Amino acid sequence: MTIEDLSVGVDLVDISEVAKSVKRFGDKYLRRVYTEHEIASCQGPPDVAAGSLAARFAAKEATLKVLRPDGARPDWRSIEVVRLPNGSCKLRLRGAAARLAVERGLGPFALSMTHEAGLAAAVVVSGSASGYDGEPTMERPEP
Amino acid sequence: MSEERVLRDQIRQVIDEHARLAVPIATLDDQADLFSAGMTSHASVNVMLALEDCFEVEFPESMLRKSTFQSVAAIGAALSELQSVSA
Repeated sequence: MTIEDLSVGVDLVDISEVAKSVKRFGDKYLRRVYTEHEIASCQGPPDVAAGSLAARFAAKEATLKVLRPDGARPDWRSIEVVRLPNGSCKLRLRGAAARLAVERGLGPFALSMTHEAGLAAAVVVSGSASGYDGEPTMERPEP
Repeated sequence: MSEERVLRDQIRQVIDEHARLAVPIATLDDQADLFSAGMTSHASVNVMLALEDCFEVEFPESMLRKSTFQSVAAIGAALSELQSVSA
């Protein structure tokens, strides 16, 4: 794989905006954007939870920048940040997002997230078909 | 006032409250690009949810494209389509 085979996406999210969305729209916001696993992974005091949610939203948007959908964008929940038992996070694509990744020959995906000073950021890097078998789904963590 | 004008005014109110534009919505015409005016992807989620509350509709995945929320006119067209389907 060469540098030309890599695709990169990055996104930045204002954590206070996520906190406001949770407060204003509650479950409707959470269940429209995040998976059950992501919601379960982002528990805690509201400010802490908002930081984790914002990082996941940034990861979804960064992934969309790599997938570059021409038409309808995949449902946010089809791009999932899976938290592994060791605390690290990986991307798991399903449905329209997974189909798009296969169509474009993208994968595997590497993810890095951070949040500090009111902002959350995520970077997603993807390989291309030349170095990947077309299966974008990552393994779920052990329950 | 025409029904279309009422619809556009309601859309503008939702945008004013949720889109976090860099300029007042009153300074933009119905065709103006809301993303170019400062609406972030996350703010567009809030706009979508507020529109759903306001108009009692739900945007399906097929409408989750940037162009659906690109302008007041585009949102109006999407809402009209949704309302005609549910009527």
